[in-house]
Amino acid sequence: MTATLDSTDLALVSGRVLLDEVVGVRGPWSTVVAAGDVLTIVDLHGNQAVDTLVYDAHDHTARYSAAATVAGQGNLFLTTGSVLRDADGGPLMTLVADEVGIHDTVGGACSQESNTLRYGHHTKHQHACVENFLIEGAKWGLGKRDLVSNINFFMNVPVEADGTLGIVDGLSAPGKRLAIRAERDVLVLVSNCPQINNPCNGFDPTPVRMIVTRPREA
Amino acid sequence: MTETLATATTHAARAHARAQSGIVTDGMPTVPASAWPAAPTGRAASLVWAETVPGGRYTSKVLARGTRLRLRDIHGAACANLLLFRADAPHERLNVADTLKVPWQAYLGTGHPLLSDQGRVLATIVADTSGRHDALCGTTHLAGNTAKYGAGELHSEAPAGRELFTVAAAKHDLAPRDLPPSLSFFHGVRVEDDGTLTSTGSAGPDTYVELILHLPVIVLLANTAHPLDPAEDFPTSTLEILAWRAPADLDSLPATDPEYRRAVLNTEDAWAAAASGMEN
Repeated sequence: MTATLDSTDLALVSGRVLLDEVVGVRGPWSTVVAAGDVLTIVDLHGNQAVDTLVYDAHDHTARYSAAATVAGQGNLFLTTGSVLRDADGGPLMTLVADEVGIHDTVGGACSQESNTLRYGHHTKHQHACVENFLIEGAKWGLGKRDLVSNINFFMNVPVEADGTLGIVDGLSAPGKRLAIRAERDVLVLVSNCPQINNPCNGFDPTPVRMIVTRPREA
Repeated sequence: MTETLATATTHAARAHARAQSGIVTDGMPTVPASAWPAAPTGRAASLVWAETVPGGRYTSKVLARGTRLRLRDIHGAACANLLLFRADAPHERLNVADTLKVPWQAYLGTGHPLLSDQGRVLATIVADTSGRHDALCGTTHLAGNTAKYGAGELHSEAPAGRELFTVAAAKHDLAPRDLPPSLSFFHGVRVEDDGTLTSTGSAGPDTYVELILHLPVIVLLANTAHPLDPAEDFPTSTLEILAWRAPADLDSLPATDPEYRRAVLNTEDAWAAAASGMEN
């Protein structure tokens, strides 16, 4: 079981392990990743959307921009080689390894408010990613103004020829991983998606594992 | 030489300044808007905004609920980058992710709602003769335009959208951290199966889109080339903006999807709640 494997074996980029934490079901999480360090995210049980925002650790006004990221690479999906950019085009992190192949840039976070549109008003008081971003972001002085369209690691959102898009069954599987390297000191803000109305986590939110490594000098 | 001498005194300088009045260009506001010479039929008296914005420039305005906003690409190379904030609560703003995810549709067109982050509809697209729009790539930044055109500063020949939005937002006391991804009209993008983003460019001159506003909004518009515009020179041409009072349009909305109906219900609910007690 990947939850019990040693972090040095699980990290996609080997090095000294600085952090090894499990993000619980439905929970928020954040950490600062120093420039050059690598965050490996492990989809422990498969098809668990990991809603992720990235900020410059020293200037939170510089934050992940889905638009600048996809325009910069000319492709809507994230995979190995994708550079996560801020709105001014500056690199924040780079995807250096990916065992899935496609990660979403379009869907954003679920919220209590948008859930009422998507599924009906009965979902108003279900857990949602924006709640996680707000409560975890508050620890760092981040507020509603600081939330922008986020990455959904392990989430699959195809776009049909006529523009129809939607969250469909994921391409991930238990134990699949990805790794992102910090290009500068960054704050990574995560919501382990609690959505139960669509296949973004197989209708069954599960934990994910976060491992930060510092690659050894070559 | 004579003109230089004509501003040597306060009185002469005042006369010199006043003599400039009445100049007409192809990029300027018409004030009052009702003086616009080519209003849509029957709308002249209710015009609240008439302005032409040159390529590489921006504008902004606060508009009331029930206003109909028309953006027209006069010459075929405008690119209207748009952000909306709820005017009476600017922390509520356009959310591009929800704007695509909730209607299950990546491409903007008639009937598409522009949703806020609070499950409400700020505006609905109610007319579209272009069909070439984009909600994926946002707008340009200084580094990108500098690499592409050799410049991207506010006062350069190829101002980046991010620079224009920064200043437009500042005029409403909004900071760069208030700028989420934006939408753009009149330059299309399509997504291939493998995710590749392909520019489909302009639909040609004289196309327009119209939005009906469901809430009072701050409109920020930056007219600058799309990030995927293949032109190597900065191509952007003039954008025409007209807006008029059309509250009855809120009673004949173009979409019937259940997600949209709930967005309208949420919006009306919030508007009625905020207005109650103020109308008596």
